[in-house]
Amino acid sequence: MKKLMLGNEAVARGAYEAGVRLISSYPGTPSTEITESAVQYPEIYCEWAPNEKVAAEAAIGASMAGGRAMSCCKHVGLNVMADPVFTVSYIGVNGGLVFAVADDPGMHSSQNEQDSRHYAEAAKIMMLEPSDSGECKEFTRRAFELSEQFDTPVFLRLSTRVSHSQSTVELQERSGDEIKEYTKNIPKNVMMPAMAIKRHVVVEERMKALSAFAETTDLNVVEDHGAKIGVITSGISYMYAKEALGDRVNYLKLGMAYPMPAEKIRDFAAKCERVVVIEELDPVIETFVKALGIPVTGKEAFTLLGEYTPAMILKAVMNEDSAPHYVQESPIPNRPPVLCPGCPHRATFYVLKKLGLTVSGDIGCYTLGAAAPLQSVDSTICMGASVSAAHGMAKIRGKEFNKKLVSVIGDSTFIHSGITGLIDIVYNKGANTVIILDNSITGMTGHQDNPATGKTIYGEETKAVDLVLLAKAVGIERVVVCDPFDVKRFEEVVREETEADEPSVIIAQRPCALLKYVKYEGRCKVNEETCRKCKMCMRIGCPAITWKDGAVKIDTSLCNGCGLCMNICPFGAIEKEA
Amino acid sequence: MSTKNIMITGVGGQGTLLAVRILAHIVQEMGYDVKVSEVHGMSQRGGSVVTYLKYGDKVYSPIIGLGEADTILSFEKLEALRCLPYLREGGEIIVNDQEIDPMPVITGAMEYPSDIENTLRAHAKVRLVKALELANEAGNSRTANVVLLGAMAAAGNIPKENWIDALKSTVPAKFLDVNLKAFELGFASGQ
Ligand SMILES: Cc1ncc(C[n+]2csc(CCOP(=O)(O)OP(=O)(O)O)c2C)c(N)n1
Repeated sequence: MKKLMLGNEAVARGAYEAGVRLISSYPGTPSTEITESAVQYPEIYCEWAPNEKVAAEAAIGASMAGGRAMSCCKHVGLNVMADPVFTVSYIGVNGGLVFAVADDPGMHSSQNEQDSRHYAEAAKIMMLEPSDSGECKEFTRRAFELSEQFDTPVFLRLSTRVSHSQSTVELQERSGDEIKEYTKNIPKNVMMPAMAIKRHVVVEERMKALSAFAETTDLNVVEDHGAKIGVITSGISYMYAKEALGDRVNYLKLGMAYPMPAEKIRDFAAKCERVVVIEELDPVIETFVKALGIPVTGKEAFTLLGEYTPAMILKAVMNEDSAPHYVQESPIPNRPPVLCPGCPHRATFYVLKKLGLTVSGDIGCYTLGAAAPLQSVDSTICMGASVSAAHGMAKIRGKEFNKKLVSVIGDSTFIHSGITGLIDIVYNKGANTVIILDNSITGMTGHQDNPATGKTIYGEETKAVDLVLLAKAVGIERVVVCDPFDVKRFEEVVREETEADEPSVIIAQRPCALLKYVKYEGRCKVNEETCRKCKMCMRIGCPAITWKDGAVKIDTSLCNGCGLCMNICPFGAIEKEA
Repeated sequence: MSTKNIMITGVGGQGTLLAVRILAHIVQEMGYDVKVSEVHGMSQRGGSVVTYLKYGDKVYSPIIGLGEADTILSFEKLEALRCLPYLREGGEIIVNDQEIDPMPVITGAMEYPSDIENTLRAHAKVRLVKALELANEAGNSRTANVVLLGAMAAAGNIPKENWIDALKSTVPAKFLDVNLKAFELGFASGQ
């Protein structure tokens, strides 16, 4: 049977067909839908872990216990899971073990543009790289077989355009789901120096075996069209190249991104007059090919930045222009993402901005608090850093500065890696104020439950982390729960807590406006008679509130009736529609 | 058949993904090779969203380049203008007659272009659809996306039954009637 599937759905399908027993992941665009989609297969136990490191370790444990297991993350998630990943490379597997990692060239939804292929080389782990949904499914299945064959974890490298494109997949039956025997094996599974020294030898032997395998595997495909130009490529770049250049060039498509096949590349290059390497992000293939002494055209004709396109490839390889097209006559306003109408974070940032605070920010929907007109956030580094970086700031700039400093961090992000920063503050006698933006969901990545929501990935009830008790347990004595839409009280709370000489946690609690159970009565409208046109309501950056023909207007197709604008209008000129 | 390129654009939250999925279902049922490139994550938060749908005998790249789109279906006027460079010569634009101010307009940093319709008409065949109005007439403002699909169906040459079948197999049963009505209103407006 054939089915149109997202690349991510196809990876989940591949895992199902490969007999996978467990998937533990932490969400992250563009990888999230793999785990979400795997939930439909009752044979696979799925879960959201608190962070990627925990997820990878759960998968490693499952593999050690004899079941095939997978953990999925976005490129920066791999940084978080790197510690266990580097060492499980030494241990190897019992049940097949795959780490699916989705890069985000072009940064559609990310804070950096790192190339995860470097990890394959650094951790000495084989990496497969599919180009469309069909390959996503097939390569996932193969990854599990190879994992067991070579006693190694395997990386499956995806990218935004592979993960989030739909194409046709041929469905097959599930097989290979028997659980292997578990036997205690200290030399293999306990990585302390005496054992690890020996396992490192095994890893290097495995690398040789994998390099030899790369020479012969059908994952690496040569397409010989008798052309003068030879293109070496992989992943989505292959599809772009194929569209741009068709059969006018020969191809070496590397389905196995690491390790690469030296002899195969030499043979391929020998038959071409000119070799071009086409790969997004870093010159990984290019560097390898050049080290073989083969001259290639690479990054000097392309770019290290962003996504490639067929047009770009046509120009770089053939010096041909693509289709003629319209060019904007004058600049048009761009449309950056914004906090949604009704977003609870908007109220928080309105208050923080009003109080003129320095805001150590984090990653989530609330990163948009850095965008105009609120522009409240001062910094964003990585998940969890809002708390620990504010601790460092306060240590450098002192007590008075700290009274004007807060951290903001979402509920999911706090559990992911904010809690350790909070412990740092308490342990090392800081006096920071940390605001947990508890919207009862992992918003940014599209509504996943997390340990603080009280629901599992299956929507089943489970114990919820009590954020108040958690903060108290690590030694925070001042913990206040407050609704940010109660703007007056929230402002008072923030004033008091930043003023205090002790560390404090404010839990800004109000559910995400997009949650199904969140319903506000009526839509807001401006009373034209009482409105004094002070534009106070426009300072909160609600996309529903606009200025049209000399008056403030509320677009009822966008307004969700949250009423924040009513709360802050100094003249009571905004009311609910009758 | 050579590849047909359709670009669907709008503002995050407008329901473009559903429209794309319906369209993809139709062309796949017709036996074509299909690729769809979707947008998830950050830009869905009220930002510009662009989705590509390509079908034909064999499709390689899931993305559409400048000057390559045969049809642009835009859920918002400014977004139609933003995508105009992607339209091929002689291509067609089906555009919702709705204006949503982006943040630079709300903050007063820029103005919403006043002559979008003329610019579009100077470079393309244009069908302007009052999708929100018709969706309300159908009984639910959230069916504006299906109204637009109706208008697109009227403009193209895929048989109407295929669209109706696709709606039946993609829209949840309790919303089917209102969506079918929305589709018909859109279809009539597009003729
Ligand atoms: C290490 C890492 N993993 C995953 C992500 C993807 N990601 C960005 S924000 C976020 C969580 C957002 O949830 P929350 O903190 O609850 O804030 P909200 O978006 O709901 O406001 C995730 C998973 C990331 N940027 N970095």
